[in-house]
Amino acid sequence: MSNHTQNQKNRGLGVLAIIVCLLIWQIVAVYIVKFTFILPAPTDVFSAFMELARSGTLIRDFEESMIHFAMGLGTAVVVGIPIGIIMGWSRKLDAFLNPIVEIIRPIPPLAWIPFAIIWFGLTLYSAAFVIFIGAVFPIIINTYSGFRNVPRIFVEAGKMLGCTKNHSLIRHIAFPAALPSVASGIRIATGVAWMCLVAAELFGVSNYGLGKNLWQYYNLHRMDCVVVYMLILGLIGLLVDMILRYYIDHHFLKWQTNEVA
Amino acid sequence: MGNLKIHDLCQSFAREDKSHLTVLDHLNLEITGKEFVCILGASGCGKTSLLRLIAGLDEAESGSILLDGEEIKGPNPKVGFVFQEYSLFPWRSVIDNIAFGLEMKGVPADERYKTAERYLELVNLTQFRNCYPSELSGGMRQRVAVARALALDPVLLLMDEPFGALDAQTRNMLQTELLDIWEKTKKTIIFITHSVDEAVYLSDRIVVLTPRPGRICKIVPIDLPRPRNRTSVEFATVRRDILDLINKNCSVQ
Repeated sequence: MSNHTQNQKNRGLGVLAIIVCLLIWQIVAVYIVKFTFILPAPTDVFSAFMELARSGTLIRDFEESMIHFAMGLGTAVVVGIPIGIIMGWSRKLDAFLNPIVEIIRPIPPLAWIPFAIIWFGLTLYSAAFVIFIGAVFPIIINTYSGFRNVPRIFVEAGKMLGCTKNHSLIRHIAFPAALPSVASGIRIATGVAWMCLVAAELFGVSNYGLGKNLWQYYNLHRMDCVVVYMLILGLIGLLVDMILRYYIDHHFLKWQTNEVA
Repeated sequence: MGNLKIHDLCQSFAREDKSHLTVLDHLNLEITGKEFVCILGASGCGKTSLLRLIAGLDEAESGSILLDGEEIKGPNPKVGFVFQEYSLFPWRSVIDNIAFGLEMKGVPADERYKTAERYLELVNLTQFRNCYPSELSGGMRQRVAVARALALDPVLLLMDEPFGALDAQTRNMLQTELLDIWEKTKKTIIFITHSVDEAVYLSDRIVVLTPRPGRICKIVPIDLPRPRNRTSVEFATVRRDILDLINKNCSVQ
């Protein structure tokens, strides 16, 4: 009970910090900077938000961005996990694939933008491609290390209980044992994917999207609208991470929560 | 059922300097069905290596192991194993851990849960059915591991210092429970330990190994009637004899 009220008090502190921050921002913008192009005040940002929301641009950009994001991240999960599994399970395939992964991995995802445009044109596929490149490597690496670190005793216990074939060992022993690592790979990938999304859209691989219009409004010198897009990008990023974390902890890693909490 | 014949078994490991470390040296041993045998020896005498060979987890350099006339060539559902470390799958609940072997065998869900429930009851953990291993104490985890190994109804149960990590009180309790389970299920049990007290309390016969290379030093039958009393004079005498034997004849030369 006391823990609960303590949590509520702490949450109150967080809200207070945001209010103080907004007040200082407003005062600095209105009385010191006095120039909305350099620093739009919170009130300017709020009215810009209302304007954008009413015109429907924001919703359309949001939808477009979420499509890019889901396509890129989804493909990264579907491609990255199997690659991580085969590299983590078989020493031979690891030796074969590792050089390729290690050479491609350090290339910043944004360096792929020219080819994304040439290969896919100004379609949603090119944005999804850049996001895919950013997201797939953390997933491969984490799945790989999760599989490498499966305790030998689980594999041997499985063998003694009649789970002897490679595919059933992977499915029933190694994958569940590696799941915490796979899940954290997906979480890292989500963060990277979100950053790549803005950059990919910003470089013109798409005609709509949150990142695209952030840049568009900069060109129009509407800095209040730029701030709206910045805040929305931050909030969605936070929300996606929270949903993912909740979903992972409650559906896949229930067995771990006791040890963590 | 559960007759084990070990013939001329040799095992060695390559060291980093390419020399060979002989772990087991021409070991011969026969264990008859439904017998409770403890293998006793100092750490590093090849006890675990021997057990892993019987389990089919490792391959022997030479020699053979026959279980009911059939050579052991790999992990076999007729052989159950309880590991020294905690080996329960942490992502599965207690009941799903016990049912794992049956699930691998393709037993339909309702039937395998029925069987698993029975073994859960055998180790007295019915109220922990849906817990995850992380919620259990060390002793409970090993009891679940015993139930999991028994659920496949093996003829031979191998136990590698299963109570080694537990406190003395829990350990004594689990030993009594294990004997009870053995009475009920009548498996052949090979139990590895370095505790003389544990070996005398549990076994029909104690196999004392010499360390490096592992050879059988002596096989001691324990004729004390069960239930054995750890504090009785007879128990103490047997214990002292075995300790003497280890100190005089079965230690490193």
